[in-house]
Amino acid sequence: MPKLEVKALSKVFGQNPEKILSLLERGENKKSVLKKTGHSVGVNHAAFQVEEGEIFVVMGLSGSGKSTLIRCLNLLIRPTAGEVLIDGENIVTCTRDRLLEIRRKKVAMVFQNFALLPHRSVESNVAFGLELQGVPQEDRLQKARNAIELVGLKGYENSLPAQLSGGMQQRVGLARALATDPDILLMDEAFSALDPLIRKEMQDELLSLQDRMHKTIIFITHDLDEALKLGNRIAIMKDGVIVQIGTPEEILTSPADDYVREFVQDVNRVKVVTASTIMKNPDPVAFAKDGLRVAVRKMREASISSIFVLDKDRHVKGLLTIDSAIELLKDNRTDMDSVLNRDILSVGPDTSIEELLPLVINSKYPLVVVDEEKKMIGFIVKVSVLAGIIGEGA
Amino acid sequence: MFRLEIGSYVERVIDWMTIHWAGFFGAIREGLSAVIGWFGWLFLHIPFVLFVVLLVLLAWRVAGKGVAVFTAVGLLIIRSMNLWTQTMQTLSMITTATLIALLIGIPLGIWMSRSEKANDIIRPILDFMQTMPAFVYLIPAVYFFDLGEVPGTVATVIFAMPPVVRLTNLGIRQVPKDVIEASRAFGATGNQMLFKVQIPLAMPTILAGLNQTIMLSLSMVVISSMIGAKGLGIPVLNGITQLKVGEGFEGGLAVVILAMVLDRITQGLGRFRERKDARKHSSK
Ligand SMILES: Nc1ncnc2c1ncn2[C@@H]1O[C@H](COP(=O)(O)OP(=O)(O)O)[C@@H](O)[C@H]1O
Ligand SMILES: [Mg+2]
Repeated sequence: MPKLEVKALSKVFGQNPEKILSLLERGENKKSVLKKTGHSVGVNHAAFQVEEGEIFVVMGLSGSGKSTLIRCLNLLIRPTAGEVLIDGENIVTCTRDRLLEIRRKKVAMVFQNFALLPHRSVESNVAFGLELQGVPQEDRLQKARNAIELVGLKGYENSLPAQLSGGMQQRVGLARALATDPDILLMDEAFSALDPLIRKEMQDELLSLQDRMHKTIIFITHDLDEALKLGNRIAIMKDGVIVQIGTPEEILTSPADDYVREFVQDVNRVKVVTASTIMKNPDPVAFAKDGLRVAVRKMREASISSIFVLDKDRHVKGLLTIDSAIELLKDNRTDMDSVLNRDILSVGPDTSIEELLPLVINSKYPLVVVDEEKKMIGFIVKVSVLAGIIGEGA
Repeated sequence: MFRLEIGSYVERVIDWMTIHWAGFFGAIREGLSAVIGWFGWLFLHIPFVLFVVLLVLLAWRVAGKGVAVFTAVGLLIIRSMNLWTQTMQTLSMITTATLIALLIGIPLGIWMSRSEKANDIIRPILDFMQTMPAFVYLIPAVYFFDLGEVPGTVATVIFAMPPVVRLTNLGIRQVPKDVIEASRAFGATGNQMLFKVQIPLAMPTILAGLNQTIMLSLSMVVISSMIGAKGLGIPVLNGITQLKVGEGFEGGLAVVILAMVLDRITQGLGRFRERKDARKHSSK
């Protein structure tokens, strides 16, 4: 079961939102609904699932409905139609008390402008959620201090929010959300108000926290670099509609439409596109046990001038060139082991182009892509790296 | 032109109320005069020196040395004009009036902040209370409550309550939306929101309302005395009616001193809260 599932979720703002639903069913879009009825469509038939431990990023231009969508996930905004299932429970139809409990224990939120209580100390801000639950003072302060330490604010327990920088204030916001030990974190443009350097620091921090805590995170941003860096999967929104959901690479390499394409065109592909996307299939390859003649025949059939030679576990033994093979045959020898080029570099499938670049430039031979068991799954030549950078053929 | 007999309608309503609600007004009269009497008894039984010391210490703590000195000198001047008893009588009336104004005004302000309908209904009533010349409702007040401190206090409450209502409403409405939203997101109930977020954040504004309410109630001192309330209004009235310029001036001066002392102390109270917070938070 997914941790969080959203089914046919719509939110329309205006006098008579239910009436607008039938228009949306018929495929009318935000613009035409606004023109005809004066109603503003926030979210239009959104549907997705988020697995436990995943960082799910929602990205889109301003006004595309990201904030509305994320607020439907804890019912700060009540959807006009649709379901929000948390651990299989539809929170749209649950009782008021149950909703309070879910907000207090299961789902916490981090806000773009921090939204801290200005009259309370850092410690008391962080303990706020626990205080609402009625956790006794000693207990909640202990948990608050743990959360404060987790986000690196130890020593600032008694400061007021106004005495802290923006980055530190958002750490307080994060600690406040973590203090109740929720399963799900909702983060609405949580880092958008911060300076670029601080922002990057917070992104790294979030990733390292996530490594330890394995929360389910819904992260809203309008920034593609941030989305690519943080997201296990990314949903792209336009005019209230989710137009594409996919891994960062899927979004980059096969954008669903022009809107997404425009989004991704400026991206720094070097950081995102990985070996697995640009590698070529390891076909043909030669196997050591088949001998030299088979290897030569395979090269001839594929009209290539070199071939990788693998052992029976598909581990790479080396690269055989046609020239050395012919030399050997002239001497009537078949022990190809002696002429294999063995200084072959191998990389993992998740290696980014940025990391591949220096390797491929300095290597005479193609790079080999191997899985965790060191089995060859593909190879990379210089030209595929270049193609990957400019976004062709991938 | 036809004439709308608003005046005679009001008269008839007032007459009717005087007869049929006599019990109700009687109870209010008893209650108010007990409270005013109790404060009067308290203030006059505290020895002058102790009273001065207590007030000066309070002034020092919340508003600083300057206000403390001013308070000491001011109270001594009042005493030296032989107006101490009248000042305490006035103080007991405005204390009572202010307490009642807070007791009614803060909940009203909270209600206005939560309901647009309440806001729409109460707002014109507040305008009415503040701008209708006080003399006009002095007369029905005398009908209902007889002469003395009670009708004066009632009139004072009516005139002085609007600021605390308005500023409570304003203060709560000014609480940032994102803070409210965050509190909801963490599962605050309506009451938790009110007492843990809205009222604390609105407190400086509410205190400003308290300050204005006290000032307005002091401005009713002379008017109250015209319907028989004791206190600092008496020497002022004597000054006017019997052309005793000196006595009138002394009474007026005492009112001014009392007003300034209370104003500085209540203003200081707002700043004091902030300073206290800051100290508390930077102590470690
Ligand atoms: N309270 C509201 N009343 C009317 N329209 C709203 C309201 N909140 C959001 N909208 C509309 O919904 C759309 C999506 O807004 P929002 O979710 O804030 O977008 P984003 O967070 O992606 O910038 C916008 O067109 C906006 O005008
Ligand atoms: Mg937004």
